[in-house]
Amino acid sequence: MEDARLLQGQGRFVADLTLSRMLHVAFLRSPHAHARLVSVDTRPARTLPGVAACITGDEIATHARPIRAESKMAGYHATEFPPLARGKVRFVGEAVVAVLAESRYVAEDALEAVDVRYAALPVVATPETAMAGDAPLVHEAAGSNVLLSRAFVRGDADAAMAGAAVVVGDRFRFHRHAGVTMENRACLADWNTGAGELTLWSSTQVPGLLREALAELLDLPAHRLRVVAPDVGGGFGVKSALYPEEVAVCALARLTGRPVKWVGDRREDLLTSTQAWDETIDAELAVDADGTIHALRARVVADVGAYSIHPWTASIEVVQVISFLPGPYRVPHYRGEAWGVATNKAPMGPYRGVGRPVSTFVTEALVDRAARRLGMDPVALRLRNLIRPDELPYRSPSGVVWDSGSFVESLERARDVVAYEHVRAAQRDPRRAGPYVGVGVACYVELTGVGSAIPASPGAAINTGTEGATVRVDPSGTVTASFGLACQGQGHETTLAQVVAAELGARLEDVRVVSGDTAAGPAGTGTYASRSAVIGGGAAILAARALREKALAIGAHLLEVSADDLTLADSRATVRGAPDRALSLREIARAAYAGAKRLPAGMEPGLEATRFYDPYFGTASNATHIAVVEVDPETCGVVVRRFVVVEDCGRIINPLIVEGQAIGGVAQGVGAALLEEIVYDGDGQLLTGSLMDYLVPTAAELPPVEVVHLERPSPTTLGGFKGVGEGGTIGAPAAVANAIADALKPLGIELSELPVTPDRLFRLLSRPRQAL
Amino acid sequence: MPDAVTVRLTVNGVAHEGRCEPRKLFVDFLREDLGLTGTHVGCEHGVCGACTILIDGEAARSCIMLAVQADGAEILTIEGLAQNGKLHPLQEAFREHHGLQCGFCTPGMLMTALDLLRTNPSPTEAEIREGISAVLCRCTGYHGIIRAVEAAARAMR
Repeated sequence: MEDARLLQGQGRFVADLTLSRMLHVAFLRSPHAHARLVSVDTRPARTLPGVAACITGDEIATHARPIRAESKMAGYHATEFPPLARGKVRFVGEAVVAVLAESRYVAEDALEAVDVRYAALPVVATPETAMAGDAPLVHEAAGSNVLLSRAFVRGDADAAMAGAAVVVGDRFRFHRHAGVTMENRACLADWNTGAGELTLWSSTQVPGLLREALAELLDLPAHRLRVVAPDVGGGFGVKSALYPEEVAVCALARLTGRPVKWVGDRREDLLTSTQAWDETIDAELAVDADGTIHALRARVVADVGAYSIHPWTASIEVVQVISFLPGPYRVPHYRGEAWGVATNKAPMGPYRGVGRPVSTFVTEALVDRAARRLGMDPVALRLRNLIRPDELPYRSPSGVVWDSGSFVESLERARDVVAYEHVRAAQRDPRRAGPYVGVGVACYVELTGVGSAIPASPGAAINTGTEGATVRVDPSGTVTASFGLACQGQGHETTLAQVVAAELGARLEDVRVVSGDTAAGPAGTGTYASRSAVIGGGAAILAARALREKALAIGAHLLEVSADDLTLADSRATVRGAPDRALSLREIARAAYAGAKRLPAGMEPGLEATRFYDPYFGTASNATHIAVVEVDPETCGVVVRRFVVVEDCGRIINPLIVEGQAIGGVAQGVGAALLEEIVYDGDGQLLTGSLMDYLVPTAAELPPVEVVHLERPSPTTLGGFKGVGEGGTIGAPAAVANAIADALKPLGIELSELPVTPDRLFRLLSRPRQAL
Repeated sequence: MPDAVTVRLTVNGVAHEGRCEPRKLFVDFLREDLGLTGTHVGCEHGVCGACTILIDGEAARSCIMLAVQADGAEILTIEGLAQNGKLHPLQEAFREHHGLQCGFCTPGMLMTALDLLRTNPSPTEAEIREGISAVLCRCTGYHGIIRAVEAAARAMR
């Protein structure tokens, strides 16, 4: 549905919006990773032609409070993230001064006239140095650079390790990653002085969350605040936090009485958008001689960057790692410990998969190593340990309940689709020449559509377990369905319309979906965490169902039959067995709005319903990914030859969109495995500040991906839907890593670090070999 | 500030005359001076390809050229692709094969694909991958795009 406008250049992204008297803001950003602000002199810039205002951190402070991400998590330290820096700067790229001018060109010119004096402070460059006793503090008020720690324990992992036949372990490293939405972040605020109302258009995934948070930070009642996410060019979690620029443009619009627009450029995006992963994981897996998993233990340290972000906090990534390390396996004894450590880098945030790309990489690597040590086939070892259907629902060691899953089935199917034995046989063929070939398997399970029983981020101050839908049959018989969700390419205008049309009995072309506008839909938070189809779809079913019943009751009254004798399909209510006795949805709607005269006694007029849905626990999605790669020891290049996904996202609303989500997720996972890495130097300077340095995969680097849908409906959610937005990125890095490790097996090389860039592979291949 | 200069050009078959600073990027001229916001800005350093347009029939990145460089040129942007309310076969194929998700790279991707099919009406999958590698898409993994370009190539032959 959304395609027609996007294909013709008629999408409306924030950068495309223009308001009269609009000012453009450019931010002066810190060149230092850690420095005291000695003085900020904006006077030379203020008098330049075309410049409307230059605002400092101290000046904006009276108009907006700093962002503070609260959490009930024990031992957690919140941080204060001001819209413009005050006192000191904590990462390269942090905004210090806002210059407002008639055009972005003039605003950027004026940045050069602003005089900021910095006094450099020692840079906290890594978690290791940050955790040292004498380390300088990123946040003095926190009293420590360790912003959080958490552990999950089941049984006695230490004792189980001691008695196990085989223990494999290593220090794993998954480097820092950037989401790189093709649309950079952008926002536009309009303050209406007369009405006392503020509208913010933002390239956000979470208009509802933003409205609630901004109301507080700006001291504005929420009903005077409207947040709109128009067309948004990709999100992937990167646009799911409240950013200082969003607070700043709102405050600046109030301050100047003019609309204020900021459009980030790519450098700003790579410097300031939330980044992902950057974890070091010391992990060990213990198995019996027959390959049965006995115990798993891990210590995970995350570099969370300079600030804890709202609403997810600095815990979101690293706690998810220890929550999901056991994967879809029976793990009787488990201990996972996590630390989130502040450094002078861009803040860490949720990114597609959140924690699970890392946990899956580690666990799946350990499973393969155990298989190698035992001389077992890695698929066989997995089949021995995967949770079986008869064990569901299954409570994981971290307390997550898997309501359902096709773990064994998806592995067996993927094995067959890729013709696993054939690949193995070809690998063993002594006549084979050329590059090393490897096959890598990754199995995962993820919690999607998370309801109110489990906070989306541990201890976070908000609950994200519900979503609403308002479905209205207009007097003309067309249908408008509005949601608190927002869309960044997931195709909601198509899939949610399909859900409403099917449940209500309306023609698909009669249903229009509206979302991404707090003024247009029911209260909600937005789109993230693979929740929209499950929670939004569930709310849509409830609202459409209520309308269907009412429409049938009205139709029955008008046709003088029992409602049970009526069917509603294709926007037409028909008497069973008498196809000529029928009413269109339009005729029913007319009656509904005409009032008491045409309605059953006592019935409220109108044909509109709002319903909310809470899936409570959420539901498990799972998949198996298998990659076949070639590793060229001469060029250190890796080519992914085949990639098979066998996924189960429950009942499928639209197969093409599910496939698009799965393959798009795999593309980001393959990029994460082979190419993409955010690099900071020891002074906290970003070395990958352009797309020439931060490599996003092009069509030439990616493999064709074969997707098989298992479609086992969720037993716990309305509609049987499970989330599918993130999974591709969860399995792919592990599958590619395992395939490379498998290819390098003859050389006795183990892989413990991602991404496997050619440079890293070269160093691995050059290292003195360990004995096999 | 240097004096404004005059830029005369034809965009989507319509003659335009505008005045802008010599330093103005062509993509900003298209978006701000002509109001053609369908061409998107993704990186401003010539890597992502979202701003790709056709200049005198050839694909070019409008973010790393100046408006004055387009003086006298014949330009095709995404807004000129559909004719008389009818989608171009490439647009039809992108819709049919889920060749877009968020739609941000789509205008640049379509213009790049158009240029590819102009020079190579029957590309192989490898040639399509190579041809569209000039544009970054973060959503689709390129799968639907490749299928769409194959289908459009068939439809256009």
